[in-house]
Amino acid sequence: MSFVIRDQKNFWTGVLYIGFAVAVLLVGRGYNFGSASRMGPGYFPTVLAGLLFFFGLLALIRGMRKEGAPIGPIAWKAAALVLLSMAAFGFLLERAGLPISLVVLIVGCASASDRFRFEWKATMLAIGLILFCVLVFIKGLGLPMPVLGSWFGS
Amino acid sequence: MEIFANLWLGLQTAASFSNLFYCLIGVVLGTAIGVLPGLGPVATIAMLLPITFGLQPVTALIMLSGIFYGAQYGGSTTAILVNLPGETSSVVTCIDGYQLAKQGRAGKALATAAISSFFAGTAVTLLIALFSPPLAGMALKFGPAEYFSLMMLGLVASVVLARGSLPNALGMIVLGLLLGIVGTDVNSGVARFSFGASELADGISFVVVAMGVFGLGEVVGNLEQGSKERSLLVKKVTGLMLTKEEFKSIIAPMLRGTLLGSILGILPGGGSSLSSFSAYALEKKISKNSVNFGKGAIEGVAAPEAANNAGAQASFIPMLTLGIPSNAVMALMIGAMMIQGIQPGPQVITEQPALFWGLVASMWIGNLLLVILNLPLIGLWVKMVSVPYHLLFPAVVVFCGIGVFSVSNSSFDVYLMVVFGLLGYIFRKLDCEPAPMMLSFILGPMIEEFLRRALLIADGDPMVFLTRPISASLLGICAVVIIIVTLPGLRKKREEVFVED
Repeated sequence: MSFVIRDQKNFWTGVLYIGFAVAVLLVGRGYNFGSASRMGPGYFPTVLAGLLFFFGLLALIRGMRKEGAPIGPIAWKAAALVLLSMAAFGFLLERAGLPISLVVLIVGCASASDRFRFEWKATMLAIGLILFCVLVFIKGLGLPMPVLGSWFGS
Repeated sequence: MEIFANLWLGLQTAASFSNLFYCLIGVVLGTAIGVLPGLGPVATIAMLLPITFGLQPVTALIMLSGIFYGAQYGGSTTAILVNLPGETSSVVTCIDGYQLAKQGRAGKALATAAISSFFAGTAVTLLIALFSPPLAGMALKFGPAEYFSLMMLGLVASVVLARGSLPNALGMIVLGLLLGIVGTDVNSGVARFSFGASELADGISFVVVAMGVFGLGEVVGNLEQGSKERSLLVKKVTGLMLTKEEFKSIIAPMLRGTLLGSILGILPGGGSSLSSFSAYALEKKISKNSVNFGKGAIEGVAAPEAANNAGAQASFIPMLTLGIPSNAVMALMIGAMMIQGIQPGPQVITEQPALFWGLVASMWIGNLLLVILNLPLIGLWVKMVSVPYHLLFPAVVVFCGIGVFSVSNSSFDVYLMVVFGLLGYIFRKLDCEPAPMMLSFILGPMIEEFLRRALLIADGDPMVFLTRPISASLLGICAVVIIIVTLPGLRKKREEVFVED
C-alpha cells in the first residue's frame, strides 16, 4: 500500500473528524431516528456525524494530495505536565484540600516551562497565590472547597 | 424621546454603586489581561464566570463586558510600547504605534489610542441604543424557521474569520454542534452521549469547554514557543497631550474607523480584529498622510483603534437583540445570561429593560473610566507588560482549575476540562480554529430545537426554510458568504490577515 501524507495538518484533521464521526454513529445507533417531521433523539446527531465524516474525508484526501506545512514538534512534556497536574488537582481537591492540591498543581505545571528552576521569588509568589486562593475563594466567596480534605478526617 | 428615557434608565442602573464598582473591576481586569502576555479575554471571562454566579444578572454582564472592551485598550498599550499585540485586534496598531514610541512619542500614541477608543465607544453606545429596539422588534416576529436560518448565518459567518481551510472550519462547527448535543434530549428524555455518567446528563458546561480549549490549550501552546523576553522600549511615558494640529489630523480617521468598525462589528463573525485590519488598510489608501504610514503616522493609530473598539462593542448588537453571538466572547456572554436564568433573544429588551439599557449605558461609563484611569495608570501597565510568562501561567492554570471546579463543585468537570485542554492543543497544532466550535457548541441545542419545531410545523418539508421570505434571504446570505470566502481573492486576503498572528 502506498500512501503518502503530503499535508500533515489536513491529514490528521481528517483523521480526527472521521474518528469523531464514527464514534458518534456507533454510540448513537441506539437512539430512535424518527422522521423529519417528528425527529427522534438520533436524527440530529446522525445527520451531523454524516456531515463531519464528509468534511473529514475532504481533509484526508487533501492531506494526501496537496503539499502543506508540517505540524512541527509537539510539546509532549509541557502538555503532559500541565494536563496531568490539572487532573491531579481535580483528584486531590476534595481529598487533600485546596492548599495541598494547589501546591501539586502549581509545581506540576510550572515545571513545564523551560525557565523552571528553584528561586525564592517564584516560591514566594506561589505561596502568595495559594494564600490568595484560600482567603478569597474559601473565606471570602465561600466556595465549598475544603482547606483540609477527607484524608484528614474533615 | 423614548430613547433618552431608555438611556436614562440605563444610566440610573449602571450608576448604582455596585454596578459602577464591578464595571471598574471589569475594565481594570480587562486592561490588565490585555497587557499581560498570553492571556486573552475569552479565557479570562471563562475563568471569572463562576465568580459572577452570585451577582445580579446586570452586574455580572456589566463586569464581563468591561473585561472584553478593557482588553482592547490593554492590547493597544502593549502594541505601542513593546511592539507585541496584546490582542489580535491590535496587530495593526503595532505598525505605527511602535514607530511613534521609537521616536519618543509613545505618550501621543497612547493618548491617540485612548481618545479614539473613547470616541468610538461613545458613538457605538448610541448606535446600540438607536438600532437595537427596531431590530429586536423585527426579530420578535421570527418563527422557528427564521431562527434556524439566522443561527445558520451566524455559524457560517463565524467561519470567515477562522484560520485554515474552509471545509476544516465548517468541520469545527459540526464538531461543536455535536458536543452541544451531549446531555438529556428535551423532547424524548433520552440521555444522549452521556456514557451513563450522571455528570453528563445536563450536558457539558460551556465553561469547561472554554477553559479547556482557550485556557489550558493556550497555556500549552504558549509554553511550546518557549520563553521570550519582552523588551520595553520606554520606561517612563511622558507627553500625553496632543497638539491642536495633531488633534485635527486624527478626527477624520477616527470617524472613518468608527463607521467601518460598527458595520463590520454587527456582522456575525465580524468583530474587532477584522475591523482594525480593514480600517488601517482603508486609511492607508485615502489618508493625506499616507506616505508616513508605517513610519509613525498618528492617523495609523487612530483609525484602527477607533475601529477595533467600535467593532468590539457593535458585536453586542446581534447578541443583545437576536441572541446570536458573533464571536467567542459573545458566546460566553450568552452562556452567562443563561446561567443567570435569562433566555437570550429579542424579548430581552422588553422583558428586562433595566438589564439591557443598564448594560448599554455601562459600556459608555466603562469607556470613560478607561480614559480617566488608563492614562494616569500607564506606569502600572508598563510594569505589567514585562511580567515574564513563566511566572504568570501557573496562576492562569490555578484559576482555570478553581473556576471549573466551582461551576458544579465536581472533580468530574476538572477531568473533562483536561480532555478539552488536550483537544484545544491538538486544534492549535492542526490550525483548526476553535472559536467557531465554541459558537456552535452554545447554539447547538437551540438550533436542533428550532429545526425540530420548524419541520414539525411544516410536516417534515425542508422547503419551509426557502418558502418563508426572511428565512430564505438569511440562507441566501449564508450561501453568498460561503461563495465569497471561497473566492481566490478573498482567500489571499484572509491569509495575509492571519500571517502576523
